[in-house]
Amino acid sequence: MANIFPRWSNRLPLLVIIGLFLVGTAAIAGIWYYFTPKYTRVGYQPVQPVPFSHAVHVDQIGLDCRYCHSAVEKSWYSNIPTASTCMNCHNQVLKDDPRLAAIRESAATGIPVPWVQVHKVPDYVYFNHSVHVNRGISCVHCHGEINKMDEVYHAKPLSMTFCLDCHRNPAPNLRPPEKVTDLAWNPHQHLPKDWGEKAKKDWKVNASQNCSACHR
Amino acid sequence: MAEQLVRSVPVIPHTPAELERQPLILNQRPFGWLSDHIAGVAEGKTPRWWWIAFVPSFVIMVVCLSCVTYLISTGVGVWGLMIPVGWAWDITNFVFWIGIGHAGTLISAILFLLRQRWRTSINRAAEAMTIFAVICAGLFPLIHIGRVWLGWWLLPLPNANSIWPQFRSPLLWDVFAVSTYFTVSLLFWYMGLIPDLATMRDRATTKIRQFLYGLFALGWTGSNRHWSNYEKAYLLLAGLSTPLVLSVHSIVSFDFAVSQVPGWHTTIFPPYFVAGAIFSGFGMVLSLMIPLRSWAHLEEIVTIRHIELMCKVVMATGSIVGYAYAMEFFIAWYSGNPYELYAFKNRAFGPYAWAYWIMVGCNVISPQIFWWKWARTNPWFVFIISIFVNIGMWFERFVIIVTSLHRDYMPSNWGYFKPTWVDIWTFIGTFGLFMTLFLLFARFLPVIAISEVKGVTPQADPHHPLGGAKPHHH
Repeated sequence: MANIFPRWSNRLPLLVIIGLFLVGTAAIAGIWYYFTPKYTRVGYQPVQPVPFSHAVHVDQIGLDCRYCHSAVEKSWYSNIPTASTCMNCHNQVLKDDPRLAAIRESAATGIPVPWVQVHKVPDYVYFNHSVHVNRGISCVHCHGEINKMDEVYHAKPLSMTFCLDCHRNPAPNLRPPEKVTDLAWNPHQHLPKDWGEKAKKDWKVNASQNCSACHR
Repeated sequence: MAEQLVRSVPVIPHTPAELERQPLILNQRPFGWLSDHIAGVAEGKTPRWWWIAFVPSFVIMVVCLSCVTYLISTGVGVWGLMIPVGWAWDITNFVFWIGIGHAGTLISAILFLLRQRWRTSINRAAEAMTIFAVICAGLFPLIHIGRVWLGWWLLPLPNANSIWPQFRSPLLWDVFAVSTYFTVSLLFWYMGLIPDLATMRDRATTKIRQFLYGLFALGWTGSNRHWSNYEKAYLLLAGLSTPLVLSVHSIVSFDFAVSQVPGWHTTIFPPYFVAGAIFSGFGMVLSLMIPLRSWAHLEEIVTIRHIELMCKVVMATGSIVGYAYAMEFFIAWYSGNPYELYAFKNRAFGPYAWAYWIMVGCNVISPQIFWWKWARTNPWFVFIISIFVNIGMWFERFVIIVTSLHRDYMPSNWGYFKPTWVDIWTFIGTFGLFMTLFLLFARFLPVIAISEVKGVTPQADPHHPLGGAKPHHH
């Protein structure tokens, strides 16, 4: 009886195993890199209707975050200021600058400026700003160095891992409440080593890892 | 002296007829006949009975797939699930199908280790049945999770959410139990097929058949070394599968027993579930083999004796199941726990009493007829009882799941589950899936292990006159 399969087919199983191993490795590596929020979210920088620079307002002028995002300590939501907040200064400063036309129009008509939201958790996630900023979690942890950004971009992945890493070990990320909005302040430079652990104990920081804490 | 012995007139030792064991293969068929006859089922023109069975099975399978598509695209609300009955037909069907698989593993592994030679006529089909039943079973947990595309969360895979399955949950144990079971069953079945696939390859008349059977025969030549390795691997896999017969359905029973729902939280569950699984599995083997042996003309290989032996297993396991039902009631009363007692009273006399008594009638009463030999040896009769067994075992799981859930602790939380048409057609549809797979198997693969069945013929036994034993004096 003639052979059904040619001689080289003896090597086929080995080649198939090697091929599957390589393809599998490439697929895992590809998904690992390209399919997580570290890749899909970080760097997102939409074009905004007004080229507002946080670097100018925070770093140069020294405005506090809470001057504009005034609800952050009281609400789950950190509000985007209305145009009237801008006009507190800009009715004097750069009052005829064409870059601020949309702000003046909004202030006059009451129709909000259509800012594009950059940081957004999925709608099945509950996130509360006030509980975080009141327990010494700085803005910089989740939003990155906004104080250095000319236009805001997505600096951190805000993935579930990102949340859980801190919820599982919150101590190193705590800082004194008065420094929460001081984004340039480095806690590791100024605080003693075990300060975080002590703060965690004193403030009864009990970061929940229960599913229903966020997925309500 | 020695010379005298050899020359003397041969006297074959006489065994009284009533002590003679019925042979496992009738009519002293030669090896060649067995090869031709069994391989012939998967060769030649497709017989009419196959098409008559296949077309409706395929249509029903399409109905099943349509229902599943509708469920996935719309959500689990298309089923009749509600609070308090959050598990109903989905998990009933899962346990029903996974239980059926157990006969295949018992036949292929435990009966092999116990040297039960009659298994060779039915083990191939029973193992195939196991695999197809586990496929039907696996469908339900997968689709009942709602968001099917997140089904991989059941596996402990590193992920961007930094979360891990809950290893203390029996539902996760289930994932491992069922996937292990499927893998080992598939390997066992496939490995047992290799010598027969080579037979099919060598008999093939077309290039494509030769290629496909040849591909899956993995270059089997039937050399001594091949057989030696094969027998060793077979024994090892039989050893691996044996604990699975007991462990898989024990773990399935933990889905219920580990919870605190009255009617579920019972220590008798693991052995009771295992006995029920073997009971239902043999029921299904009988339901499949009785028509198959007749349509494919295999009556000389799957004999009345085989059917009778399976009936005895059905009767024994059915009695164990009946004992477990009685013991559940006894313990419910003996425990002094009013919730536990209520759960069982409610089963037998509550709104689902009809389901309970169907279960008792089919599972406990109907197999008792097998105490009589005439009942065990009449294939038509056995077929009907085997259908009752299948019905009864589906109702057993329905009774356990739905009647326990529908009235738990708080009367304000009570309800009555009714299935929707999607529930009903998805379940019926899995029979289409199961039968489609089984018929494809029967049409393209040898339904009986050709090489093994030859080993239980008289001529394979060197101590038998047909096998070459020299007659001697007494």
